[in-house]
Amino acid sequence: MSTDTLTTPLPEQSATSVGTNLDLGLLRVATAGSVDDGKSTLIGRLLLDSKAIFEDQLEAVEATSKAKGHDHTDLALLTDGLRSEREQGITIDVAYRYFATPRRKFILADTPGHAQYTRNMVTGASTADLGLVLVDARHGLTEQSRRHTVLLSLLQVPHITLVVNKMDLVDFDEAVYTQIRDDFLAFAEQLQVPAVATFPISALAGDNVVETSDSMPWYTGTSLLEHLETAENADLFEDKGDRFPVQYVIRPQQGEHRDYRGYAGRVEAGTFTVGQEIVVLPSGVRTTIAGIDTLDATHDQAVSGQSVTLRLADEVDVSRGDLIADAEHAPEVTREVTATICWMSTGALHSRQKLLLKHTTRTVKAVVDGLGARLDVNTLERDGEASELGLNEVGTVSLRLSQPLAVDAYATHRATGSFILIDPATGNTVGAGMISSTHGVEYTI
Amino acid sequence: MPTAAPQAALTHLDVLESESIHIIREVAAEFERPVLMFSGGKDSIVMLRLAERAFAPAKIPFGLLQVDTGFDFPEVLATRDRWVERLGIDLHVASVDEAIAQGIVIDDGKTSRNRLQIGTLLHAIEERGYTAAFGGGRRDEEKARAKERIYSHRDDFGQWDPKNQRPELWSLYNGRIHEGEHMRVFPLSNWTELDIWQYIGREQLDIPEIYYSHQRRVFERDGMLLTESEHNPLRAGEVASERTVRFRTVGDLTLTGCVESPAATVTEIIDEISIARLTERGATRGDDRFSEAAMEDRKKEGYF
Repeated sequence: MSTDTLTTPLPEQSATSVGTNLDLGLLRVATAGSVDDGKSTLIGRLLLDSKAIFEDQLEAVEATSKAKGHDHTDLALLTDGLRSEREQGITIDVAYRYFATPRRKFILADTPGHAQYTRNMVTGASTADLGLVLVDARHGLTEQSRRHTVLLSLLQVPHITLVVNKMDLVDFDEAVYTQIRDDFLAFAEQLQVPAVATFPISALAGDNVVETSDSMPWYTGTSLLEHLETAENADLFEDKGDRFPVQYVIRPQQGEHRDYRGYAGRVEAGTFTVGQEIVVLPSGVRTTIAGIDTLDATHDQAVSGQSVTLRLADEVDVSRGDLIADAEHAPEVTREVTATICWMSTGALHSRQKLLLKHTTRTVKAVVDGLGARLDVNTLERDGEASELGLNEVGTVSLRLSQPLAVDAYATHRATGSFILIDPATGNTVGAGMISSTHGVEYTI
Repeated sequence: MPTAAPQAALTHLDVLESESIHIIREVAAEFERPVLMFSGGKDSIVMLRLAERAFAPAKIPFGLLQVDTGFDFPEVLATRDRWVERLGIDLHVASVDEAIAQGIVIDDGKTSRNRLQIGTLLHAIEERGYTAAFGGGRRDEEKARAKERIYSHRDDFGQWDPKNQRPELWSLYNGRIHEGEHMRVFPLSNWTELDIWQYIGREQLDIPEIYYSHQRRVFERDGMLLTESEHNPLRAGEVASERTVRFRTVGDLTLTGCVESPAATVTEIIDEISIARLTERGATRGDDRFSEAAMEDRKKEGYF
């Protein structure tokens, strides 16, 4: 076995090839906006210019566009992958697209813009590092773009980027852009979005998408693609406590590994180091890390995002569903949580309802203790005391749990601050929750 | 907590690998009887390697299921056997030929082996009581796949309902199923063809040699280069000749085309696909060329 840290980049097979994505990591981007704002055109542009669309895909789309009588190639057909979506000409579900530049690999979750698909937008945003909000320069910020920004900020997407599209249709007028930008910045400030950027573009002609454009000499910033390539995707919660939910106990019980006992999981926050004092939750037992293993190596350290196996110094009782955390910054263990819920089922959420709650690697029973403020994602109005939460509605809910969970606030820890709600009868996922507080009934959004 | 932690510099392959391992461990922990659908192709080999990584130094806690079309490339079966031997893992082969003989599927002479796999696979899943089946599907392969969840729920009839998929948030996968249902799980959802090759290079994985450039007697049909074989008799006007080729996918040899290529190493293949202008399925898979919704329709029936 060799010893190294997992952060040392391994040599790549091909470092010089044209179009080969080198080791500059991965950025997950969620797009929001409607087809009318030119979203599909922008995505098509990014995919085309990074050579992620292949000839046969383009030919198929061109043929279909022609058959439908369009006089242009309808790039939405590239992402609208389901028969019903093509029939209705709308995006219903999240579609994932992949492209890479020589600097970075991108996973693009293309989400539908309409209010009735809010749950799909939330799904796409839940894993995003960066959210793109697209607006039409002629219309400025709309109700829909405000709603998308609110949802992205609720999901704590670290970067929110406003793209003002169709600048060609307003004669590349700086004043139009400045007005929209200032409206947006004022709005984003209320929502406390950490990293905001804005871009004037024309997706159709490609202005400021990949290259900066001569059409807008007053614009001195970078192109949109350069922004995507360089946006920081580091763990924003690095300093607020290390978290490792245990997925699986590894006990070979044979051969040279007869006495091996390791705890498999993924580092969800912070950095774990050999010798570090940790606490196992909910039991509260303390010990230290004896080793960090992967298939062919042992390591001194494991950083956020890495799947590893931890060995502990003492024989303590640890099983799936437990959380290993740094002893100094341990999360709270509680049987009561208050959370912002996005409800995703046609049957409304109501008080006293019983559900299953999956949090990290543990699933417990939960009962709805009370409903607080409801946020209307269309009007952004807050309704003081809601009696129920309907499909695509967002509200504050307090839940009582059958077993204690080690939880964090979503604002500091995405992985240990989030959960899904499951209908015990149908088995369907009916809600997404972001923990705001570990006890009490403080109803705010 | 360490104060001087190095800035996380995970490569895109590190991130993809870690995500896949996380998924595989979740399935092993939450499902009673998972199985890994293994074709011997490059994607299923990468998936098997990730499973090996997920549970080391213990053995992989589930077996392999292969659907043998009867028309598989011998090099692929040989590679499969080397992996099974090295890992000491259980392999169950569900044979299309046997399924035909037992009347589980009907060979009418017109239906491709690829489609006959569906009934064979569903029968094997039901008969052996698998509750979760890992597949090597990737979202970049095809636009219906681009819409599919990582945990893809299948009803009692093995069908996929694309309009009624469960929302999938964060890394919280919902594995609830009812009696008779099962879950298809795609740990490679976020990988692209290029990622797969970079990983094969990085891990130095044993893959079937037909992925590399070699001499082969081939003939043209419907714009594809197919291999000369007893299972694939030449039709009028078709002429076989020897060419320098390699395969980008490996499946039923009567439907899987090869491309002319001098790429004989992983590095050369990466260079080649970096500038390739056709998707691997468009270039070499007869089964996807029948209609724009060919994949969606097969998936609804229970395809991989």
